Amino acid sequence: MIFEQVVFFFLAAVAASSAVLMLLQRNPVNSALFLILNFFSLGGLYLTLRAQFIAMVHIIVYAGAIMVLVLFVIMLLNLGDGRRLREVLSFKTYIGIGCSLALFTELFYILGMKGRMPLMPLAPNAQDIGTVEFLGKVMYTTYLFPFEITSLLLLAAIVGAVMLAKKKIPE
Amino acid sequence: MIPIEYYLLLSAFMFCAGVVGVLVRRNAIVVFMCIELMLNSVNLTLITFSAYFGDPGGQILVFFVMVVAAAEAAVGLAIVISLFRNKQTVNIDDINILKW
Repeated sequence: MIFEQVVFFFLAAVAASSAVLMLLQRNPVNSALFLILNFFSLGGLYLTLRAQFIAMVHIIVYAGAIMVLVLFVIMLLNLGDGRRLREVLSFKTYIGIGCSLALFTELFYILGMKGRMPLMPLAPNAQDIGTVEFLGKVMYTTYLFPFEITSLLLLAAIVGAVMLAKKKIPE
Repeated sequence: MIPIEYYLLLSAFMFCAGVVGVLVRRNAIVVFMCIELMLNSVNLTLITFSAYFGDPGGQILVFFVMVVAAAEAAVGLAIVISLFRNKQTVNIDDINILKW
């Protein structure tokens, strides 16, 4: 279906270019805004994969909660001008770029080879998997124990964040 | 019909962009956002396989990745704040007290 491909290529182009533009910004606030654009296009891509519930949760959690937290910290620390932070292109920079280019070439070679994976459509039950009903059923039966452990992880994160960020009270 | 490779290649590209950011940028918060980008590219891979092979396990795993990412964001930003309070900088070249 041609419409599906147009939507995919549009969203993929937005996601890829916003990821690159994020790296090139000097101002961390601009980086954060490009990352939010990237998250929204990823949400659209999840919809093309029929993962409707994950798409919504992704936008709410990432764009709504995590990025707001990041923006708060950027503004709290007042780093907007980038004067405090000198970023220089050094030898190490080129090594870093070279290493990641090597990684991408490797992944491209593995994934992009024709005939390695058969050309297949989405699974016939992909439409049903993404619904809240189906995911909820699976999560509260098969994956109940990991789900409960998750609450412990979140509690530890809350306590840790408060412990680390609070001001030391002088005695 | 979109071949599965397209999704995987997009996700590989985003992951490598995140790697470049972690290795090259010196602002701790930008490094932090690049880690979020890498987590998200892996999420895309998980959902792609989940949709193409008809297995809900991938989408459930994405939930847990999101939980870990949220916890990581809270703790990581708290660390950045307390570092800034002590050293007045978020440049990771200046934060080297654990360097041997």
